[in-house]
Amino acid sequence: MSLMEALRSALQAITANALRSVLTMLGIIIGVAAVIAMVAIGSGAKARVNDQIRSLGANLAIISAGNVQVGGVRLGIGASSSLTDEDARAIKREIEGVEAAAPFIRGQAQAIYQGTNWSTAIQAVDNDFFVAREWDMASGRGFDPEELRRGEIVAILGQTVARTLFGSDDPLDQIVRVRNTPFKVIGVAASKGQSAFGQDQDDIIFVPLETGRRRIMGRNYAKDRSVASVFVKFEQEATMVHGIGEIRALLRQRHRLAEDAEDDFTVRNLTEIANTATASARTLSFLLAAVAAVSLLVGGIGIMNIMLVSVTERTREIGLRLAVGARPRDVLSQFLIEATTLASIGGALGVALGLGIAVVIARTAGWPVLVSLESVLIAVGVSGLVGVFFGFYPARRAAKLDPIEALRRE
Amino acid sequence: MALIEARELSRIYSLDAGRVVALDRIDLDIDAGDMVAIMGPSGSGKSTLMNLIGCLDKPTGGSYRLDGVMVDRLDANGLAKLRNQKIGFVFQQFNLLPRADAATNAELPMLYAGLDRKARRRRALDALARVGLADRWHHRPMQLSGGQQQRVAIARALVNDPRLLLADEPTGALDSKTALDILALFQKLNREGMTVVIVTHDPEVARHARRVVRFRDGRIISDERQEPVRAEDGLKELQAETAA
Repeated sequence: MSLMEALRSALQAITANALRSVLTMLGIIIGVAAVIAMVAIGSGAKARVNDQIRSLGANLAIISAGNVQVGGVRLGIGASSSLTDEDARAIKREIEGVEAAAPFIRGQAQAIYQGTNWSTAIQAVDNDFFVAREWDMASGRGFDPEELRRGEIVAILGQTVARTLFGSDDPLDQIVRVRNTPFKVIGVAASKGQSAFGQDQDDIIFVPLETGRRRIMGRNYAKDRSVASVFVKFEQEATMVHGIGEIRALLRQRHRLAEDAEDDFTVRNLTEIANTATASARTLSFLLAAVAAVSLLVGGIGIMNIMLVSVTERTREIGLRLAVGARPRDVLSQFLIEATTLASIGGALGVALGLGIAVVIARTAGWPVLVSLESVLIAVGVSGLVGVFFGFYPARRAAKLDPIEALRRE
Repeated sequence: MALIEARELSRIYSLDAGRVVALDRIDLDIDAGDMVAIMGPSGSGKSTLMNLIGCLDKPTGGSYRLDGVMVDRLDANGLAKLRNQKIGFVFQQFNLLPRADAATNAELPMLYAGLDRKARRRRALDALARVGLADRWHHRPMQLSGGQQQRVAIARALVNDPRLLLADEPTGALDSKTALDILALFQKLNREGMTVVIVTHDPEVARHARRVVRFRDGRIISDERQEPVRAEDGLKELQAETAA
């Protein structure tokens, strides 16, 4: 009997008892659907987290001032002004593999344009900042070296600020007032979207580091050329851990810390944080695989059960087939193919159901739906294998029937 | 050389209660083209003999040749092939697949002979025509009378051009007129050259055979040739009775 004919007769046997077949498949349908839906949603969510982490910038470390001890009291990050833009320049100059070292200060202020005002973040930066964050201009230009050196009163707006203050008007060359200082808008930054922590990264105004220090941030930063943090972008991820060690040594030396003193700054490897997130996603995948295995096991047992019933019900048919010349292995393959077909159809229905669930949930949550062709193929393939595995015992029982006994059975 | 050659053929069942000798060293030859009734009460060994002749079972002693093939040396696959090629089975309960139409039922043995779809359909329709059901090929068993179902079963037995038609109480589930119809069909096939062996306990059926072999307690107690009653004559008589 050819495979096509075997498949056709298997489909006939399955459709002959459609309700029972569907109920039998239910275990596999639910198992596969759950896995497909979870994987689709999970990889969608993961992709979004990855996007957010990437929007921060690749191969990035952040150095923050602080963690100093004043007479036994330990102060948190940003509590001191131990970090300077000289430190940043030294890092870029002396540490190998550093592409950009961007010192910055951050504050909050009211921005006013004509009758509109808006409370937003003010970030005082230099041009390295846009390199480190991989942040392009949507229109206008970045700061030129003179503007940075002299601390001129110019600003680059984030998308949210530009939209809020100017609506559909072009902000370029307009004047925005911040802390009573009239800033000339020279550029609008491209949109970055939400940060990994849900902040709107476009709700921001950039000003030259020197300008921010003098006119906006207050006296904390006005002396000593101090900055709150430095973004350090490395050329390659591989050199990051080593580079961070060197940065630490360099800064300790520059800050003249004693051998036994604690660091007066903190270095965080943002890429490492991203990797940790990926690793926990992988753990979740393993968990999903375990759930899938259990539900497929249950589904497989259901198939074995119904195939045993089927063999019993069709004993006479088996006897007849043997009498007219079916070899035991013909009977074996007939029932094996039937079980496999049953399981594969269940797997396919499960994929369809799972995709439906994933689309609905993703739509509701606003995530992208990501289903790889592989995961679909694997789901159907594994279902088929479950059919083969759990169909084998019933099929063997059918093949081992004695034709005389089988024909006599009522 | 006879079509069937059984020598010292024995079949002993080993049960918990002890040994049961179902068939006790029988010798039996059946020539090609003959029509033989195997008779005997239940437990006489006639069903055991049928299973052995039909290559469904293997003897515990003696030897059996079917069409020159030593059956007792074959394995399960060899027996399956022999059943497929040389024997057509007809059962008391027809044993048709309920969801398949007449043509598909008749095709079943050819499925295991490796014939392609077209050839199967053609030969199945030929066989159905031979048993007088050419116009019923698309009917399911449920839509056919008992006699028609048995005809489908006979068509199924014929499709692989077997050497032997082996019928086990073929009229047991039919009324007497339909039984005569079926016997007439067997006689017609026999006249066309088919060897027919009918296993029955019914003397009325045995009268239609050319030769009657009687069994009791696992042994042959008589083996006689006779002038067979023509089933057509019986049908005419029946018609005359109903007309009168």
